[in-house]
Amino acid sequence: MLKIDNLQANVAAADVNRPILKGLSLTINPGEIHAIMGPNGAGKSTLGYTLGGRPGYEVTGGSVDFMGQDLLDLEPHERAAAGLFLGFQYPVEIPGVSFVQFLREAANAQRKGRGEEPLSGGEFLKLAREKAGLLRMDMDMLKRPVNVGFSGGEKKRAEMVQMGILDPKLAILDETDSGLDIDALRICGEGINAIMRAPDKAVLLITHYQRLLDYVKPDFVHVLAAGRIVKTGGPDLALRLEEEGYEAVVQETAA
Amino acid sequence: MSEVAALPTRKHEDFRYSDIDALAGVWPIAREDIVVADGGDESLQIVEDGAAAVARHLVISLGKGAKFDLRVLSAGPVYGRIAVDVRLAEGADFTLGAAQLATGSETLEVVTEVTHAGLNATSSQIVRTALAGHSVGTYLGRIAVERGADGTDAEQSVRAMLLDRTATANARPELEIYADDVKAAHGCAVGELDANGLFYLMSRGLTPPEAKRLMLQAFIAEAFTGAPGEAELSEAAIARLEKLVGAGL
Repeated sequence: MLKIDNLQANVAAADVNRPILKGLSLTINPGEIHAIMGPNGAGKSTLGYTLGGRPGYEVTGGSVDFMGQDLLDLEPHERAAAGLFLGFQYPVEIPGVSFVQFLREAANAQRKGRGEEPLSGGEFLKLAREKAGLLRMDMDMLKRPVNVGFSGGEKKRAEMVQMGILDPKLAILDETDSGLDIDALRICGEGINAIMRAPDKAVLLITHYQRLLDYVKPDFVHVLAAGRIVKTGGPDLALRLEEEGYEAVVQETAA
Repeated sequence: MSEVAALPTRKHEDFRYSDIDALAGVWPIAREDIVVADGGDESLQIVEDGAAAVARHLVISLGKGAKFDLRVLSAGPVYGRIAVDVRLAEGADFTLGAAQLATGSETLEVVTEVTHAGLNATSSQIVRTALAGHSVGTYLGRIAVERGADGTDAEQSVRAMLLDRTATANARPELEIYADDVKAAHGCAVGELDANGLFYLMSRGLTPPEAKRLMLQAFIAEAFTGAPGEAELSEAAIARLEKLVGAGL
């Protein structure tokens, strides 16, 4: 589904281009859930943004194939229409635009991009109500302006509702677990399973902590350090990281 | 109503007119008088979306406790100017909500002079301007509070959004206050669409013009909130915004 080969990327910050990803390779097959863990500054969020096509993230080498298409050749909205969803670590507040209006336009823009008929207002509301229910989110919240006045946990749940409505093939979730209390973590975890656990879908979880992986069991855990994947294992690797810390595991790899 | 407005001398023109050359084409401007009697409640909606140059000068007089709701959508004329002089008697209320949406080399301006002449009158002006290409959008707004007009509450909220670095926004609120007990809030801001917000919308599947249009729609919405013809104004504005973001790419 996703094949990242030797990806190198720079991030423009204050007029300086800093290389962040330094030859990252990763293959994700349909039906798989992958977790990427790693210390601060390893390049985890950069990986998410680069795959999402955020301006300022410049690919300097390598390739990314997404279901037979050159992902790096696509604009952000084309990536979405192709079935990619990027869950933001810090969802953006957009005053004046309601979730319902925005998501209906987004869903229909994607459908149009795929040559499908647009959803009617009624069809959309039914879908939105169903997905909001999955995340135990009140429909009234979706009538409010996008993320404005939402708590950290509500923003993350709203991200998952959006994922449910947009129904992507591959979800890249950037620290969806940060800022969540224990109950919200469970609800989000169950939401991810309900929406994305399917033979033709895949998830890339970017996270600092093992706790989300209690709810969303990964097939593979990767350790990202200094811009490349330095170790890959099963769910037990996440437990080991939690116990021993990144430093020990990363050093062991380097030795 | 066909009386030609008394026009100021050149030395005041920096305030009254931002584009004297463009104005020459629509000279002389017919003054339109509107009188709302004591306790009256009226509204007016102006939509300028043709190609020809337009200049209007409204002179509005509000009696005691009278209300007037003016909404302006200026979208399309090569040169569009709406000048409004309002005089408020005791307890009168004036609302202006205006959106100016320009592209190409269009010049749009809203020029107001709101005079609070009696006690406890209220006025609110909300102007939102979105500019693409080499267009120019201007708001010149003067609030005069006369001696003895205590209890005045006058508000100006003026914001402009530049879609291209080649566009120009001018905003000049002025206050002239001769009374003691007065509330006069005014704010001006010129900015660009938030890049993070745009990426967020696009990452969900909206094309760049759709994402910009949605953000601009939210930006101008306040100008039409509560208008009798809110739905119609919004619809006309959206149609215009779609052209604006298309041209801005």
